[in-house]
Amino acid sequence: MNRTIIDLWVGVFVAIGLASLVFLALKVGNLSSSNHGETYTLQARFDNIGGLKVRAPVKSAGVVVGRVRAIEFDPERYVAVVRMDIDQRYPFPKDTIATILTSGLLGEQYVGMKVGGDVDMLKNGDTIKQSQSAVVLEDLIGQFLFSKAAEGTEKK
Amino acid sequence: MFEKLFSGLRSVLTFLGRGLIDRLWRLGFAARFFLALLLHSGTALRRPQLTLREVYFSGVLSLIIISVSGLFVGMVLGLQGYDTLQRYGSSEALGILVALSLVRELGPVVAGLLFASRAGSAITAEIGLMKATEQISAMEMMAVNPIARVMAPRFWGGVISMPLLAALFSALGVCGGWLVGVVLIGVDDGAFWGQMQATVDFRQDIVNGVIKSVVFGVAVSLIAVFEGFDAPPTAEGVSRATTRTVVTSSLAILALDFVLTAFMFRGI
Repeated sequence: MNRTIIDLWVGVFVAIGLASLVFLALKVGNLSSSNHGETYTLQARFDNIGGLKVRAPVKSAGVVVGRVRAIEFDPERYVAVVRMDIDQRYPFPKDTIATILTSGLLGEQYVGMKVGGDVDMLKNGDTIKQSQSAVVLEDLIGQFLFSKAAEGTEKK
Repeated sequence: MFEKLFSGLRSVLTFLGRGLIDRLWRLGFAARFFLALLLHSGTALRRPQLTLREVYFSGVLSLIIISVSGLFVGMVLGLQGYDTLQRYGSSEALGILVALSLVRELGPVVAGLLFASRAGSAITAEIGLMKATEQISAMEMMAVNPIARVMAPRFWGGVISMPLLAALFSALGVCGGWLVGVVLIGVDDGAFWGQMQATVDFRQDIVNGVIKSVVFGVAVSLIAVFEGFDAPPTAEGVSRATTRTVVTSSLAILALDFVLTAFMFRGI
């Protein structure tokens, strides 16, 4: 069995194909940045999650420290339970506040962690006690209009 | 009067019924052919030289058309996407738009359609002509199984080539979008790649795109090989079979794409 020129071309072809796959994975996708390393789970309850989606980022000081894994509805308390996978390297103090924030005016929503000063750290499976719900634009506009109307009546 | 109407109706029904039964017959035959193809794949794997030759014919020779169309599709996406996105002041999201539409949909589908017309039709014509010139019968006379010797290597060659071609299409498309968006129009380079990398998920988007292209590769190669195998051994028969390959595999790609997309990207 001898090597032929076709083998060379097939080799070149397969190499080009695999190179484009690697390009897609590393340059287009986030395989390089997202280390699927060890994570621990935290959960938080929110009155209103707005438009938060599964796999939305969890950020602290603007840095992605984890991802939202699941969003459920608690039928007893009528609140949303958000489960998050947090990178093992980043422990958070017990009095951390979870907030749902929006990147930009109309951008995607993410969970922001405002770090407190407690010495004890949250452990796997713990619940974040304090949370702040998503800002619903309609409520905000409603409040604004209401306060404007109140100002108007005071002046008269 | 009624007699005439009745016989006319009956001939229509007969025509429809014959067409339906013929289709079902072909479908069952194709399923049996697929099983035989899988059973006799051992030869194609034990003699990789045969399969490599087919990878060369269906993959390597499709490189030019796939790369050029990938580049142009990406460039058009860049232009059109920028035009729409800048109205909403979010032209930085151009990278996301180009990458997601290519990796999820356009890469596998357009590469599949091109593959069907470039390589699928060639496979059908080749096998049909081998049948018309009685090479297939000659093989059977020599106790060589034509499914193992001729069909299986072509099938596997197509299945191997298709995902690689689709990946190349997507990669060059993203480069084309970058060329137009960043180099020509002046979208910020960092935002283009950064937002793309933050949004495109490896498992969710890229792996699903690869799965799609594998499925399309199996469908196109099977249809092409089967149409060639089933072609009437005449000049007209081969030409019809070639046409049918392109039409059927294009429709199969689009229908399968809908089914796969419904499974993969439901409500996430």
